[in-house]
Amino acid sequence: MNPAAFRQQVRRAWAIARKDIRIYYYKGPVLIFGIFMPVFLFLAFFLGGRQLPLAFLLPGLVGMTLFFTSTAVSPAIFPWEGQARTLERLAACPITIEAIVLGDMIASILFGIGVTTVTILIGLGLGLPLLHGIVLGFAVLLAACCFSGLGMLLAVPPTNTPSNIMMLSTLLKFPLVFISGIFIPLDQMPAWGLVLAACSPLTYFTDVVRYAFSGGHYFPVAVDIAVLAGFALVFTAAAMYLHRWSMPRRI
Amino acid sequence: MGVAVTGEIVNEIPSCAQIHRSFADGPNVIEVADLTKVFGTITAVDHVSFEVRQGEIFGFLGPNGAGKTTTTRMLTGVIPVDSGSVRIFGYDIRTEPVRVKQRFGVVPETSNAYADLTAWQNLMLMGDLYGLDRTRAERRSSDLLETLGLSGRRDQKVQGYSKGMKQRLILAMALLHEPELLFLDEPTGGLDVQSTQMILSLLRTLNAGGTTIFLTTHNMEEANRLCDRIGIIRSGKIVVIDAPERLKAAIDRVHRIEVSFDRVVPADALARLDGVAGVSRTGDKWQITAENPDLAVRSLVAFSRDRGAAILTLNTLAPSLDEVFLRLTGEEERS
Repeated sequence: MNPAAFRQQVRRAWAIARKDIRIYYYKGPVLIFGIFMPVFLFLAFFLGGRQLPLAFLLPGLVGMTLFFTSTAVSPAIFPWEGQARTLERLAACPITIEAIVLGDMIASILFGIGVTTVTILIGLGLGLPLLHGIVLGFAVLLAACCFSGLGMLLAVPPTNTPSNIMMLSTLLKFPLVFISGIFIPLDQMPAWGLVLAACSPLTYFTDVVRYAFSGGHYFPVAVDIAVLAGFALVFTAAAMYLHRWSMPRRI
Repeated sequence: MGVAVTGEIVNEIPSCAQIHRSFADGPNVIEVADLTKVFGTITAVDHVSFEVRQGEIFGFLGPNGAGKTTTTRMLTGVIPVDSGSVRIFGYDIRTEPVRVKQRFGVVPETSNAYADLTAWQNLMLMGDLYGLDRTRAERRSSDLLETLGLSGRRDQKVQGYSKGMKQRLILAMALLHEPELLFLDEPTGGLDVQSTQMILSLLRTLNAGGTTIFLTTHNMEEANRLCDRIGIIRSGKIVVIDAPERLKAAIDRVHRIEVSFDRVVPADALARLDGVAGVSRTGDKWQITAENPDLAVRSLVAFSRDRGAAILTLNTLAPSLDEVFLRLTGEEERS
């Protein structure tokens, strides 16, 4: 057995993911957050006073749900483990830093997809037709990878204080929501708004989800998918590269 | 290739004398050359070089902040090496870290099992991270938990464990994959007597089975009893590396011997014996100083026979390892 072989490292990344799910995700407050977040978002926007149509609201809500859940826990795992001194244990094990990052991402992806499924099911339960299910499924998977990669990128600063990372994470995440065509349709945005929207991966995911439910979209679907894949690759590669630098500094 | 660990084996610990050591001619397991680590303006480890041979227990001693843990972390691939080289089992830790880590186990300085997992879950996680199949991981885990007295608490979360129990679990986690080399950083620091003895006994058993051990400790008595060779580090530099008894012998050129006879003997007769440099009396015992303790003891035995004065007690009073440590690290500090 060559422990450094790709297959061996993927198996070990899966062990990291199961550990993360057991320790960080399979917790009452996290699960409650995961279930209640989409429910409250629906209550806030659908039953609120803005009377926005469900076909417009749901893609934004699906986008927000996946975005927030995929980046909710993953940025804090490295600081938590650094603080608890369990990171040194992992660093001494025959697993690469890339595989540790991949494991954290897998847990985050599964959590994000699980909670987003609840949001989609609520939308379907309210009578919204799903026109392109396969495209939606593929986009959810791709976007979950993309947002999890972003979450791991947010974890790069070598601090072992989770609140510092969460503050940084919040500072980045909330502005992204407002520039990604969730509350204001892209075709109603000013030129500078469109430039900002084009920089956010959430924009492309929301656009695909809108296409999946209503057939309408701003960018060509192939562009949405390609850009999401590009962001996913860049975020993942950058996170793996930068954690090689920052992980020893946490120990 | 580690030793099989069961409760029975630990209860039948071989004494140090019983353990046949053949490491002197064995291959080097660890080869460190000019190892250096710099944090900002501080050189934590300064061109350190040493080797550890197969089957050896190598003690790594030094005062707080001397660079012990930093060195151990570089050897185990936890932090990067700034310059110099570390080869373990012939592999460079920088270029083939995963392959090297697969063959050694680590007990870090601080307890670091996952507190939210049970002992069993922690061990299964280690089994997965070392690529063990589930059957082997379960068998090894059961054996180790039994040996280390944790089998009754295997399904309890680690957050409810005492410090000693946590440390025993961490040792079990390090041994799960039967490593050929074991790194331990202060494994018994702050533990109760029962946990300390259990861990030390297990280390002797493992070493008797061929496991090479790199032990970082503050405990001189522990190092004296366990280690074949000791390296002392001070301010990031190796001060000395040698066997404990040779270190003790080296720091005092004049040795002390305590002897008592069943009858009165004249001081001047003792003082004239070959190898004896000085004589003084304390109670019913004579304190002899000697530059060559071997010659002095032979002379005393011959004197006893010639005079018909039976020897009641005969002790060579070598300096303790504590004295060696203080002397060597103190001298280094002054220089």
